[in-house]
Amino acid sequence: MRATVLVRPKAGILDPQGAAVETSLRHLGFEVAEARVGRVIDLEVAETDAVRARERVDAMCRQLLTNPLIESYEIELQGHA
Amino acid sequence: MSDRPRIGVVTFPGSCDDRDAVWALKALGADAVRIWHAEPELPNVGAVVLPGGFSFGDYLRCGAIARFSPVMDAIVRFALDGGLVFGICNGFQVLCEARMLPGVLRPNESLSFVCEDVDVVVEQSDTPFTSRCAPGQSLTIPVKHGAGNWYADDALLAELEANGQIVLRYRDGQNPNGSVANVAGVTNADRNIFGLMPHPEHAVDPLLGSGDGALLLASLIDAARLSRPALV
Repeated sequence: MRATVLVRPKAGILDPQGAAVETSLRHLGFEVAEARVGRVIDLEVAETDAVRARERVDAMCRQLLTNPLIESYEIELQGHA
Repeated sequence: MSDRPRIGVVTFPGSCDDRDAVWALKALGADAVRIWHAEPELPNVGAVVLPGGFSFGDYLRCGAIARFSPVMDAIVRFALDGGLVFGICNGFQVLCEARMLPGVLRPNESLSFVCEDVDVVVEQSDTPFTSRCAPGQSLTIPVKHGAGNWYADDALLAELEANGQIVLRYRDGQNPNGSVANVAGVTNADRNIFGLMPHPEHAVDPLLGSGDGALLLASLIDAARLSRPALV
C-alpha cells in the first residue's frame, strides 16, 4: 500500500526555510502572509490492511521520520484519506 | 588507573573530525582508539567521543540515521552505566536525536553554514567536561556547522537551567546559529553525557589560533582517568 507522510515544522517553531521562501515570494510581488517549508515522504509499505499500514507508518514517523520536538506529521494512505 | 586513559572515538560513515579528535586526545595525554560505527560492543574505554562530520550525509535530519548505528546501543548501555560520552557538533546532533541529550539541533537561523571562531562562556565548571575551567571563563573555539541552532521549548529550557545542565553559552552577540538562550553545550541530568557545537579538537594548540579547546578535552581525560581502568 502506498502511504505519504507530510512532515511540518510545528506551529510556533521558527522555520528559517519558510521565512526565506516567504521573503522571496514577497520580493516577487506575491502577497503571502506566511510560508512554512516541510517535507514529503512517499512510502510503499508491505501491508494491504489500512489500519495496520497506518500503524506501521506511524511507528516509522515516531522512530525515524520525524523529531517530535520540532515537527508534526500527517499520514495519508492511498485511497484511505 | 592509568596515566593515559583509553578514550574511544567513533567513526560513522561521513564523520570527518574523528582523526582530529584522536590527534587532540593523544596530544593531551589519552590513549585514543578508533571505533567503527558497526561495532556492536565498545572496547574497554573510560570515555567515548562522537566526532563532528556529516554522518550518513546528514540526510533526513542531522544525526537522525547515525543514532541507529549498532555502536549506539553499546554507547547507550555505557552511558546508563555512568560512562562518559562527549559529542562534538555532529556527535551532539546524534546524541540529541538519540534522546540522550535534551533538545534538538535545527538548521542555522541564517540558513548559512558558519565557520568562525566564537567565544563561549563556561556556565558550569563542576562537570567532567569543564573541570579545568573556571565558572564564567571565556573560551575561544571554532564552530563550523549548518545545523547548530539548538532548540528546547520554554518548559524544557527552564528545567535545564534549574538543573545546571546548560554548560556552555555563546557570548552575547556571538551566537552563530540562533540557538535558544545562546546555548552552545548541554549535559544530561546525570552529567555524564555532554554535547556541544564548537570544536574543541580544533583548538588545542595556540599555533592554530586558540588552545582553549584543550581545557574541555583535558577535563574529559582527567575524568576518564578516574572513571575506570583502561586496558594496557
